[in-house]
Amino acid sequence: MQASAKTTSARPTSAVILEAIRRYSVLLILLGIGLVFTLGSDRFLTPSNLMNIAVQTSIIAIIAIGMTFVILTAGIDLSVGSVVALCGALAAGLAVRQELGTFTGIGLALLAGAAVGVINGLLVVRGKMPPFVATLSTLAIARGLTLVYTEGRPISGIDERFTFLGSGEILGIATPVIILAIVFVIAYIVLRSTRFGNYVYATGGNEEVSRLAGVRTSIITLSVYIISGFLAALGGVLLVARLWSAQPNAAVGLELDAIAAPVLGGVSLFGGVGNVTGALVGAFILGILSNGLNLMGVPSFWQQVIKGVVLILAVMLDVFTKRRR
Amino acid sequence: MAETNDFLRMEGISKSFPGVQALQEVNFEVTRGEIHALVGENGAGKSTLMKVLTGALHLDEGRIILRGEPVEIHSPSDSQELGISMIHQELSLIPYLTVGKNVYLGREPRRRIPGFIDWKKLYSQTQELLGQINLDVRAWAEAQDLSIAQQQMVEVAKALSIEADLIAMDEPTSSLTDRETEVLFDVMRKLKDQGVAIIFITHRLEEVFEVSDRITVLRDGRHIATAPTAELNHNQVVQLMVGRELDNMYPYSETKERGVALQADDLADGQELHGVSLELQGGQILGVAGLVGAGRTALAETLFGLRQATAGEIHIDGQVVKLHSAKQAIEHGLGFVPEDRKLQGLFLNMAVRENITMSSTSLVSNFGFVNTNKANKLADEYVDKLDIRTPSLRQRIRNLSGGNQQKVIIARWLTLKPRVLILDEPTRGVDVGAKAEIHGLMRQLAEDGVAVLMISSELPEIIGVSDRILVMHEGRVTGRFERDEASQDMIMHAATGGDNNAS
Repeated sequence: MQASAKTTSARPTSAVILEAIRRYSVLLILLGIGLVFTLGSDRFLTPSNLMNIAVQTSIIAIIAIGMTFVILTAGIDLSVGSVVALCGALAAGLAVRQELGTFTGIGLALLAGAAVGVINGLLVVRGKMPPFVATLSTLAIARGLTLVYTEGRPISGIDERFTFLGSGEILGIATPVIILAIVFVIAYIVLRSTRFGNYVYATGGNEEVSRLAGVRTSIITLSVYIISGFLAALGGVLLVARLWSAQPNAAVGLELDAIAAPVLGGVSLFGGVGNVTGALVGAFILGILSNGLNLMGVPSFWQQVIKGVVLILAVMLDVFTKRRR
Repeated sequence: MAETNDFLRMEGISKSFPGVQALQEVNFEVTRGEIHALVGENGAGKSTLMKVLTGALHLDEGRIILRGEPVEIHSPSDSQELGISMIHQELSLIPYLTVGKNVYLGREPRRRIPGFIDWKKLYSQTQELLGQINLDVRAWAEAQDLSIAQQQMVEVAKALSIEADLIAMDEPTSSLTDRETEVLFDVMRKLKDQGVAIIFITHRLEEVFEVSDRITVLRDGRHIATAPTAELNHNQVVQLMVGRELDNMYPYSETKERGVALQADDLADGQELHGVSLELQGGQILGVAGLVGAGRTALAETLFGLRQATAGEIHIDGQVVKLHSAKQAIEHGLGFVPEDRKLQGLFLNMAVRENITMSSTSLVSNFGFVNTNKANKLADEYVDKLDIRTPSLRQRIRNLSGGNQQKVIIARWLTLKPRVLILDEPTRGVDVGAKAEIHGLMRQLAEDGVAVLMISSELPEIIGVSDRILVMHEGRVTGRFERDEASQDMIMHAATGGDNNAS
């Protein structure tokens, strides 16, 4: 004990500072961006705008949390954007066109999302396909099925109970934000305190070692894709609830933001490193960026460019402050 | 009579892989409270036998009897439940997880709420285990922050945490220093006294004689002999392992010096090297000894341009050179056989031919297209010259034994005709027979005029092979010896920081 205490104090101050920057780098970036926008626009730092950002970010954040589980196992789920569209369309369509009612429609849509996750997981675990290829295929399939099911047209006419999920408030807080908070807390606890969460990290850290230690890595891997699919479906339902209709071309390219958020937040694409807090902060960086840039009147084409540059800067900061070994 | 005594009996174990009979009707038994050394050359079947025992592989034929009862072991968790624990040859800690999480991976103490882990208990139990083996590490430190030796000891803690009655250790000492090895042996003896059966696999026969009670020798997948350690001597065991007599482990013949090929003055890298000077003669082998972490690999990497020198000079053939990359070093006639074969030395998924010719594509290609005939010819030449045992040039390198893999890496450098060859632990994890061949090969290179720098943690190897010896400690040179004046004691003294011949 004494010796270990000695080693800590023996570390040079520069290393300690570097470590602090590394650990809190995303938070610093988030605050820095917030500061720039506060100075750049007097409409940025207002309660209504902050709630607005939270609502706008909540859907991508929920999906990014699911993505974090997958990335922690060194996998990737490219199908989330298509799953958002498919499950949103299913929820609205089953509720309105098939007249099954709002709750049944939403419930079945969430199950459908989990089912896509089962397929993704089985392709990876049983089919031994690289996650990138497996989920690229289901990306195409789910998008195609969405177009088939909607016949390429929006589905509208959802009832108030449905739209409440997207535009309602509970105790003054927007419903999507509350749902995000619940998802986040559960994901946080699962990853931090449960055996499953521990095995997610272990599988991503070294699958073979985990398997030899008696961890059933195939079940862990399968599970993370189910979680990702389920949360993507939830995101799809919330999107429909916010837009009051299901769009067959919704969420095209959304997988990129859903991957960028955890990566911004320090989740390693090689697996085993990171947490959902990082993913949440990462999602808010993206959300604040588009909100602030809008307020400052930056054209949306340029916003894409700036987002990309911020991603590069954030990851570079992470790489350069990483301890060398 | 054996029925009652034996804790574990493996009877008539056979296991084959496509094209290879890895184990053929092997019998092996271990009793409680003994350290049973399992020895044999690479490819003799030791690791396969252990994998069958621990459920990582399924046996084709034979049966396993534990505590007098036949058992079926289908998975690693089966074997753990039977009280069998394995310390694998490759380190099996997950770098980003804490020590505690690694120790209890798959067997975390649970809380009352299903699925939840009792972290407090996990860490306090881990700390207790670490104390038992005198390992001064915090249970919540990340595994990647530990030295290799500390990681190895954590593996032992992991085995202890299972409260295993039988611990199989596959080369647990391969990356430990002598002092750390002693600590491990103390722990092993303590466990033995508590009635634990230990299977100990190692390539270092000195260790076998130091710590084991019985020895079982395997060769080519067959059981060759089992005998009490006291009834065997070193030479007999080697003979049983290789099936022939190895008359000279360290063939030495004096070679004449051919002028300084590589010289370093006060070399430092700002981290691990603090002013190292050396002279490397063509036609000579310079052995670099030292404990793990003494800066030997840093020295090699700086000489080869993989690390930037922050101070000091490197001279090649009398010219001052600045090396910023391996490419530049190669252009100056340097070659480097790294410590970690699999990670740094081999294209594991490629064939023997590609692995040999990878650095010399200009020799085997026309206008940028690889000419298969030329490649075959070149690869063939070196397979012949170095006696690399492979079924064909198209065999994947990962299927070769460690010794042959090492020879392939050396062959790759030889295609470039280097004037200086640096080898970092060239015989680690290589069996006795191949070891002698690599020693012979280094000597042959020296005779051909190449300047050879060999880093090794094995003192007998350093003393047996080198013309001159340089000892490092904490990034500095603490000893320089001529071949005839060096003894193991003197080298150890210098390696542990004692100053005898420092410049």
